[in-house]
Amino acid sequence: MRLHDLAHARAGDKGNTSNISLIAYDKADFARLEAAVTAERVKAHFGALVTGEVVRYALPQLGALNFVMSGALRGGVTRSLAQDAHGKCLSGVLLAMEIDGAG
Amino acid sequence: MADSLRIGAGAGFSGDRIDPAVELAEKGGLDYLVFECLAERTIALAQGVRHADPERGYDPLLHARMRAVLPACVAGGVRIVTNMGAANPVAAASAIRAIARDIGLAPRVAAVTGDDVLEALTALDPELVELGVPLSALGERVMSANAYLGAGPIVEALGMGADIVVTGRAADPALFMAPAIHHFGWAIDDWTRLGRATLAGHLLECGAQITGGYFADPGHKDVPDLARIGFPIGVIDADGGLTIEKVAGSGGRIDAATVTEQLLYEVHDPAAYLQPDVAADFSGVTVTPIGRDRVRVEGADGRPKSGLLKVSVGYHDGFIGEGQISYAGPGAEARGRLALDILAERMGVAGIDCGEVRGDIIGVDSVFEAGPPRRSAGELAEVRIRFAARTGDRRAAERIGEEVDAMYLCGPAGGGGVTRSVREVVAIASAFMPEDRVEPRVALVN
Repeated sequence: MRLHDLAHARAGDKGNTSNISLIAYDKADFARLEAAVTAERVKAHFGALVTGEVVRYALPQLGALNFVMSGALRGGVTRSLAQDAHGKCLSGVLLAMEIDGAG
Repeated sequence: MADSLRIGAGAGFSGDRIDPAVELAEKGGLDYLVFECLAERTIALAQGVRHADPERGYDPLLHARMRAVLPACVAGGVRIVTNMGAANPVAAASAIRAIARDIGLAPRVAAVTGDDVLEALTALDPELVELGVPLSALGERVMSANAYLGAGPIVEALGMGADIVVTGRAADPALFMAPAIHHFGWAIDDWTRLGRATLAGHLLECGAQITGGYFADPGHKDVPDLARIGFPIGVIDADGGLTIEKVAGSGGRIDAATVTEQLLYEVHDPAAYLQPDVAADFSGVTVTPIGRDRVRVEGADGRPKSGLLKVSVGYHDGFIGEGQISYAGPGAEARGRLALDILAERMGVAGIDCGEVRGDIIGVDSVFEAGPPRRSAGELAEVRIRFAARTGDRRAAERIGEEVDAMYLCGPAGGGGVTRSVREVVAIASAFMPEDRVEPRVALVN
């Protein structure tokens, strides 16, 4: 099952760091997201795009996780050669992640 | 009815829509209308504009925005706070006075200055966080240094009776915190209420990003009447409690999902959202819908501020040259890849002095725009490649695009639609300085 079916996301940038929120549509799915979408899993999902660490913050009362990915923006909005220099589209990339459908 | 303060967000970025701000001014029942219009590097560019013309260097859309909202704001007693002063708040304040006079109005306008700390920062020569070198290492490349001021000078301006307060660089949430601090008389060390006010400012500062803008995902997250999206209103009470709503009948939606997305937008550690006035803690925030397009937000807290102000340093950082070209039909992707490979090799062959390069293959439907794209099994209908390189001078940057242009006759078959550009890079690095080395000033402008 894709994260897109369980949760929504928004990406923001600060310098060369991207943060992406992942918010369950239904708070009942939060535990499942928390178990499946670890910082390690997100780091692996983005592969070479993220050169630094991925740190995860959990806000269970909001059904939300916040992933902070350092070194994800090729120097950040002022320097990056990317078309989407803010990394705004990375939220969609995260939502493409497949997690175990049984749950 | 308990005393509460109604603050509208009239813009979330410099290019934002103006009509929803007019709607708020006319129908929002507002006490304040706040315009956040100053992106990080805008101020560095604005310094250059001011240098060329001492009467400019403020937001170029200031005239259009003020002309649109002033009649309703003055008639309704709605006070305005904005960072549209950019590199020249005093000139911006004078311009607003002139615009008002033109339409027969005479609001009191105050300018907040002192965020330009280039001289003090040069003397301190702190390390630049992102670069790991002292400011002085950038030498002549430095264009500007602006400290993120807190709410204090805006509160002072409101206390002087200003109807409109124009700042340069200030922390975005501070534009919203200041009216609340002024209205409710909160102490500057009332960390909990300042933390709550920070949350209000954070949620409101991006305008429509909390009312259903930047949110729609058809079939998953639908937003009604997005074309007429309304901007948000924060209703703040004496304890810093917050309700988010919008003008009835405007487009968009406000619910737990839109508010939660904005709550975490550009936030790292939710327990430590550091501001000039307070270290805000959003980790225990709850979001509760209390009606149609009305949400109650509670549970923010705050801890003492660090005493350091963040400073945004603008500096010259070379150029980026770029060109694009499209390929379509069978083998499009392969020809696009070939073009990128050729371009990478030609940087050397042609002796173009460039550093980092990047090639992209863009596109699903920009050529077959009526879509769905015609595709054979396993093939993209079209691709668009983009090739960009960093260079030290403008001429080398121009040559990047010229090489992409040359893909017409000297590249793969059937390419079309080359575009190219050169831009000078104005990069930003940050530093911190003690707040007592920064001297904000407030003046009413006549």
